[in-house]
Amino acid sequence: MAIIEAHDIKKSYGNLEVLHDVDLSVREGEILGLIGPSGSGKSTLLRILDLIEPANEGELSVFGIDTIADRGSWLDLRRRMGMLFQRPIVFNASVYDNVAMGLRYRRAPRDDIDRKVKDALEAVGLSRYIKSRATDLSGGEQQRVALSRVLVTDPEILFLDEPTANLDPTSTATIEAIVTRLNREANMTVVISTHDLAQGQRLAHRVGVMLEGMIAQTGASREIFHEPKDRRIARFVGVQNIVPGRVVSRSDGLTVVEARGKQILSTTPPPADEVEMIVRGEDISLHRREPGHEEAENLFPATVTAIEPTAPFVNVTVHCGCDLVALVTARRAETLGLREGIEVWVSLQAKAVHLIPQAEGGKLTDTG
Amino acid sequence: MNGNPIIEGFIEAIELIVTLNPQVVEITIRSLYISLTATFVATLIALPIGALIYFYEFRGKRAVVSTLQTLYALPTVIVGLLVFLFLSNIGPFGFLRLLYTPGGMIVAQTILIIPLLMGLTVAALSGIDRDKRYTITALGASRLQTVMTIIAEARFAVMAGVLLGFGRAIAEVGTVMIVGGNIRGATRVLTTAIALNTSMANYSLSIALGIILLGVALGVNIVLSLVQRR
Repeated sequence: MAIIEAHDIKKSYGNLEVLHDVDLSVREGEILGLIGPSGSGKSTLLRILDLIEPANEGELSVFGIDTIADRGSWLDLRRRMGMLFQRPIVFNASVYDNVAMGLRYRRAPRDDIDRKVKDALEAVGLSRYIKSRATDLSGGEQQRVALSRVLVTDPEILFLDEPTANLDPTSTATIEAIVTRLNREANMTVVISTHDLAQGQRLAHRVGVMLEGMIAQTGASREIFHEPKDRRIARFVGVQNIVPGRVVSRSDGLTVVEARGKQILSTTPPPADEVEMIVRGEDISLHRREPGHEEAENLFPATVTAIEPTAPFVNVTVHCGCDLVALVTARRAETLGLREGIEVWVSLQAKAVHLIPQAEGGKLTDTG
Repeated sequence: MNGNPIIEGFIEAIELIVTLNPQVVEITIRSLYISLTATFVATLIALPIGALIYFYEFRGKRAVVSTLQTLYALPTVIVGLLVFLFLSNIGPFGFLRLLYTPGGMIVAQTILIIPLLMGLTVAALSGIDRDKRYTITALGASRLQTVMTIIAEARFAVMAGVLLGFGRAIAEVGTVMIVGGNIRGATRVLTTAIALNTSMANYSLSIALGIILLGVALGVNIVLSLVQRR
């Protein structure tokens, strides 16, 4: 069941339209990752979903309540949700008073507040700072204070707006662990925005890609990473190879695409005549000799033209009519004795070749 | 005595302070009384109005704020002149008989620093950034709770504004001279006494009062920096 249902949400600040027709539904109990570059509207969308500010247009229901029709319900609905922001926000008061804020707004009984605040600070490992001034803590500690401040209010939906963007790895790990546990044990619905693809993949059950104020694609993270709907999404999720080609034939569940005289097989049904092949670098294997029992449908010789280390991997560019970039572990590159100019064999499974319609006339459109 | 009159004046001034010369003590106490009262009254008026200006959206809000900022530098003699006219026998408030009384001086200094306190209150509240306001809303604060949290968060900046107001009040000479009249034993304060005694070549008393005035200003600044460090 959808706990949040948003349709055609628009939001502008002055002349700047930040969100255009956003459609999004969040299922109860899931972790939804919103990934997208800075400035794509993720933070604005989260604020609108958390009812911190209203959209200019569109429909939004939260917990099954139509929030556009029922503006009087906003405070009550907001008190069932919580949000953690990118920048650690603490108030000029003790850590205890910071964490107690939400509960005091809800007029919780004093001993309830006391117990919950102490438990929450215990959970984030900050009990020893309970009486300290919150502004004296480090960034990572402040963010953990901010997280406990949200969690003591037992939100049914938790919004996290790039919560670990500025944090050290330890604080990041603590926050991720807490969020995952709460989702699993308390069935808390979580919407997390991040520009860290790995974090999105690590935490989220489902991922939405946000580009230029729209949700461009939603799906399982495997789907987003391997089968992006268009070129912009492919670029954003870090696909190294986007190769234009023409569909030649389709038979036995395999599409044959010709690119620069080379024929490549794909399992994707042809979306158009003119296509682009989307291939992730890690799906391309390199071999010194022709592999004998390789189960890859595409197998061809190529020349190594460039090697670029990006520890712990190496980006290897090979030329085989068109240029392809393969992602190889540093160790494997060493074993293969890769260097510029040598001949290698490239193998590539047909199911690792995803096809999208070619963008027309250089203009990038989504005809998905 | 044929030494340097400045050095002699300085030595005598220290003597006046250390021996708690009755005239010096009386003028100092009156100065503090008038300026502290004016700051207190101005705070009572300016803080709520400043908060209203910040929290309510209305047409011309920016104009109001920039007018206030312009009035920070309101010439003290202009305020003195206006208050004098209002409190004099020909003015609308002549019947209050406040002219040439400490009460009249309190009124004048209050009017002088109200724009400063209002403007600095608005600035202090504006210093609470957008993300903090979002956080307060997201934590489930009602409208009134939001206002109270923002004011509490800005408390040190507001306090700094109040201290600046007091500093301006106690150091100014224009309004207290015109409205108070610098009457010995009645309306003479630190600044007017320094002006008068200097023109009468009574340097030692001037220097003594000057040291005290500087001390007060220094004290305000020390408190200010303590407040701002929080």
